[in-house]
This record gives sequence, C-alpha cells and structure tokens, in this order.
Amino acid sequence: MDLISILRIAMRALSRNKMRSALTMLGIIIGVGAVIAMVGVGQGASKQVQDQISAMGSNMLFVSSGTVNRGGLRLGWGQTKTLVYDDMKAIVQQAPAVKEAAPGSATTAQVVFGSDNWFTNVQGTEPQYFDIRSWPMQEGVSFTESDVTSAADVAVIGASVRQNLFGAEDPIGQTVRISKLPFKVVGVLSAKGQSAAMGQDQDDVIFVPITTLQKKLTGEPWLRYIVVSAVSKDATYAAQQEITGLLRDRHRIRQGQDDDFMVRNLADVAQLADQSSRVMTMLLASIAGVSLIVGGIGIMNIMLVSVTERTREIGVRMAIGATEEDVQRQFLIEAVVLSLMGGAAGILFGVGSSLIISKLLGWAVLVSPLAIVAAVIFSAGVGVFFGFYPARKAARLDPIEALRFE
Amino acid sequence: MATVTKNGAITRTKLAELQGLTLEQPVIRVEDVHKYYDLGENKVHALRGVSVEIAGGEFVAIMGASGSGKSTFMNLLGCLDKPSSGRYLLEGTDVSQLDKKALAAIRNRKLGFVFQGFNLLSRTTALENVELPTLYARLPKEERLQRAKESLQLVGLGDRMEHFPSQLSGGQQQRVAIARALVNRPSILLADEPTGNLDSRTSVEIMQIFQTLNEGGLTLVLVTHEPDIARFAKRTIVFRDGKIRRDEPVKDRPRAAEMLKTLPTVED
Repeated sequence: MDLISILRIAMRALSRNKMRSALTMLGIIIGVGAVIAMVGVGQGASKQVQDQISAMGSNMLFVSSGTVNRGGLRLGWGQTKTLVYDDMKAIVQQAPAVKEAAPGSATTAQVVFGSDNWFTNVQGTEPQYFDIRSWPMQEGVSFTESDVTSAADVAVIGASVRQNLFGAEDPIGQTVRISKLPFKVVGVLSAKGQSAAMGQDQDDVIFVPITTLQKKLTGEPWLRYIVVSAVSKDATYAAQQEITGLLRDRHRIRQGQDDDFMVRNLADVAQLADQSSRVMTMLLASIAGVSLIVGGIGIMNIMLVSVTERTREIGVRMAIGATEEDVQRQFLIEAVVLSLMGGAAGILFGVGSSLIISKLLGWAVLVSPLAIVAAVIFSAGVGVFFGFYPARKAARLDPIEALRFE
Repeated sequence: MATVTKNGAITRTKLAELQGLTLEQPVIRVEDVHKYYDLGENKVHALRGVSVEIAGGEFVAIMGASGSGKSTFMNLLGCLDKPSSGRYLLEGTDVSQLDKKALAAIRNRKLGFVFQGFNLLSRTTALENVELPTLYARLPKEERLQRAKESLQLVGLGDRMEHFPSQLSGGQQQRVAIARALVNRPSILLADEPTGNLDSRTSVEIMQIFQTLNEGGLTLVLVTHEPDIARFAKRTIVFRDGKIRRDEPVKDRPRAAEMLKTLPTVED
C-alpha cells in the first residue's frame, strides 16, 4: 500500500475519535513544548550570564577583604581591615600581569535631591574603576584624579538613582545630599542591568572619590575591595597568583595560615556560571523530557485501545489480503502521525510559551532551531517506540479470531 | 490469470471469457485434510479426513450444523488457516506449504470473501471500501478507482458510490461487500452465511447476484444452514462431525431472478 493511502487511512482513523486523539496528542504537545521552552529558558539564561560577564570585562579580577578568625569567632567576608590603599599601589607597581587597579570602599546612605530621597549604595573609588569595569558614562564625565586628591564633593550616579531622584530632569551639575553632605553630580553611568551573579540592580549606586568616602562619609581608612584588570584575558590566572603572593607578603601571613583577603577571577566566575546554567538547562530539559515519555505512554495506551476496538477491521483487512507488515505499518504510521502532529503543535506551544515567558518575566529566552529539530525527531521516535508494541499486537492477530471478535 | 481490459466494463460474457481458461481443471482440490485444535486439555478434531474437488465455474453450497466442521473447512479454503495434515491445492498450488505473506497474497488476488456481517469499514464510502483490496494488491491509483467503480456497477450500486455503509440498507451493504470481493478478479468467491443477516427477499436478491456471477464463470462456495438458500447453488456438500456426509447436485434449482418476480416487493 502506498504511503499516501496509509496516511489517509491513519488520518481517518484518528479523526474518528477526535477528542481522544486530541487528548493523546496533548501529552506530546506538552512534552515537546516543555522541552523547547525549557531549553530556550536555559540557553537564554546562559547567554545572558555570558553577555553580562563579558560586559564586565573578562580580564577583570576582584580582590576583597577577607574573613578573620578572632578568638574562635569567624567573621564574614569584607570584615578585615587589613586591605589598604597601599596594597592597591603595590599591586599595580609590582605585579607584572596587572594592567590597572582601582580601590573601593562602600557604605549605604540616604541621598536627597529636592523633595525626593533615595536610600542607596555609595561606593568610593578612583576614575580608572570605570575603565576596568568597561562602564562608560551616559552623560557628563567621571570625577578626576585631582578630585580624588582633593577629596572633592563630586558624584557619579547610576542609572537607577538618576531615575529615582531626577526623573526627566537633567542631573548634571545638580547638587544632591548624601548623608546631609552636598555633592555635585558630574556624570551619569550607562545602565548595566542586574548582576549575573547576585541578580541585584547594579545601577542602584552612587560613586564618589575614595578619599571623599573615607574621610567624610565612613571614616574607615581601609578598603573593602580592589578591582584589578590583567594585561590580557590569558594573564588573569598569573595576575591572581601574583596578587595572592604579594598580599600574603604585605600582610605578613605565614605559611599555612589562611588569607585575610580573597581574589576572584572573573573568567572562573564565567566558567562556573556557564557550567551551572548548562546543568540547569540539562535538568530542565530532562524534566521536560519525562513529560514527553509520559505522552508517549499515552499514545501507546490509546493505540492499544484502538487495536482492540478495531480487531474486526483488522480481521477484514487480513481476509482481503493485508499482510502482517501492512497491518503493522498502518498502526505504526497512525502512532507516528499522532505524535508528529502533537510535535508540530508542541513546537508552536513551546515557541509561544517561550515568548510569553520572556515577555512576562523579562527573561532572555533563546529558542534554538536545534531544540526544535530534536523535538521533532524525538516525537517521531516516541511514536515509533510506543507505537511498535500495539502495531505488533495488531499484526499478530489471528484473522479467524479477529473476524469473530464482537 | 485474468488481465485487465483497459477501458471495458466487466460484462457477464467478459467475465466468462476471463474465467474460461480455468473452467475445466479443478480450482480447488482438497486431499484427506485433517484439522486439530489444541484447546489445552481437550483436543478438538474439527476435520477428519475431507477430500473434495471443486471445478471452475461450480456453485457449491456447504451445509451442516454448527460444530460440523463447515466453518473450519471454509477457513481452510479461504487460506485463513492451514490444515494439520493433508493437502489443499488451489489452482494447482499447494497452499498448505505457503507462509503467511504468500497466503495473504493469495487471499488478496485469488479469493474473494463475503461475510455474514458484511464487515464494511464504517465512515468509509462504498467506493473506498471496494477499493481496499486493490490497495493491498498495490495497483496504480487510476486502475484502483476504475476497478472499484466497475465492481460496484456490476452489483448494481453504480449510483451509491459515495454513500457510507450507515446510509445503505443491509442488502446494499452486502452488495458492496460482494463488489469488494470481486474487485481483484478472484478465481473463487467464498461466502460465509451471506444471507444470515438479511430478510428473505433481500436474500434472494443476493442469490440472484451470485447466480449471475456464476453464469459469468465465477466459482462460488457458499456456507449456509438454510436449505432454501442452498437450493440456489448447483451442488451441496453436507458436513457432519468433521466429515462430508453428502455431496450431491441440486435438483430443480430455482432461478433467483424468476423467484423475485413472485415475491412481494419491499420498499428499500
């Protein structure tokens, strides 16, 4: 029998029980749709992480003050007071793999402009910080070296702060009060979005010269962190080693003692993030895959019912000359048609729900053609696999028994 | 075997011509056939040494009570089952030695089946039902349609091709089934209680079709338990306890066409 005739017969058999066929297909639709959407979400998240990390600068290192064990009391990261400005100077001068470094310290403060006020994160640093983090100004300029030297009352604000305090107004040249001290706004940073690692708003920040922060706002002479850029992406590991050795020396840490600082390499972070999002994608896809298998079992179930219901028809077909292969092929193709139609609808469902997820939740969702092709092949495979047993059962029927079947 | 005439509708004479070659030699030859069924503890000996020859152009009615072995015999003739011992030669071929696939091909091309319960596929038009055996014969599409139409015209349903079985009367459904049995130009038509579900007038109508086909040269084997129906055949074989008890020609065979004139007409 030619394929077109078989397909026609299969379509007719399926349309005989429209509701049943549709419900059976629903299993595959949900399975394929879930696989596509989940892989899409996973890959989208992975791409977003990669983009953010590369935007941060992949040759960046982050040195933060460490933990300390004081009389059995272990404090968290950033609690030591041993990381100082001279450490930063030494890193720039003595570590050959290091290109640039910028100091950092932070506090939180209420910022007031006119009648508006906003509680935000205030960071103190030097102008090269923005180079290292490849974070350009959207408006205005950064504060300068001489602002740092003179501990000037100037500020660069993040995009979120600008929005919250100024709205449509031009912030450049305006004066804001940070903890009651007046600061002149000289620049607005471009928006960076949520951070890849923590998911916090990176634009909800105000930068002031490190000296100003230390002297006028916090009174802390030590640093919370140092941001470092290596000479190249490949040099990050070398830089990490050099910085660790240098700081251990400077802090007089003996062999076997823990560091009182921490050096993080963004390439490692990137790799880790990539790995974790890959695992996440696999996990999501395999959970979705399980629903595809459940859908396949649904097909098998319905095909078995169908074979029993149509025993007499099978007997007639055999009596008028259908071979076992003819009967088997007919039921197999019916199962495959069922699963492929479900697969096609599942693709629409998957792509549609991917779009809805990305719209509603603001997640990047990447629908890959590979996932679609895989879904189609997999759903056809499900049809063949789960259709085989019922089809075999139909083909093995004894025509005499089948004709007698009531 | 019969070859297809390109555009000619099948007429009685043509059918006779096509079947003419096989008229003399026995179409069916059964030699000392036994059939056992192993139903767990008790063995059923359904056929106990049956030998019979049916020549081309014969019209045989097989009779017998239930359990007499007539259905088993019919299943063997129809190549749906194999004998436990003995030989069954269909047009000279020993069918008892063939595998399932070859048997399916023989059922498809050499045999036509008509059942008591019509066994048409529902929600499938008369034409498509009739076309079905040609699909399994893997004939080209045009020829399939051509043959199916000719076959339906032969049984007088040329105007009901697009009707579904549910839109046809029992007699019409059985005629569709006959058309389906004829579509691959078989050597033998096997009918298992073809009038069992029909009223007496429609039964005679069906027998008229059979008689006409037989006059055209088609070999017919009919299973029935109604002596009134068996009378329309040329020869009756009576089974009892797995053996042939009587095998005799029919005397005073009525003409179904004549009888129809005397029967009251029923509105379809």
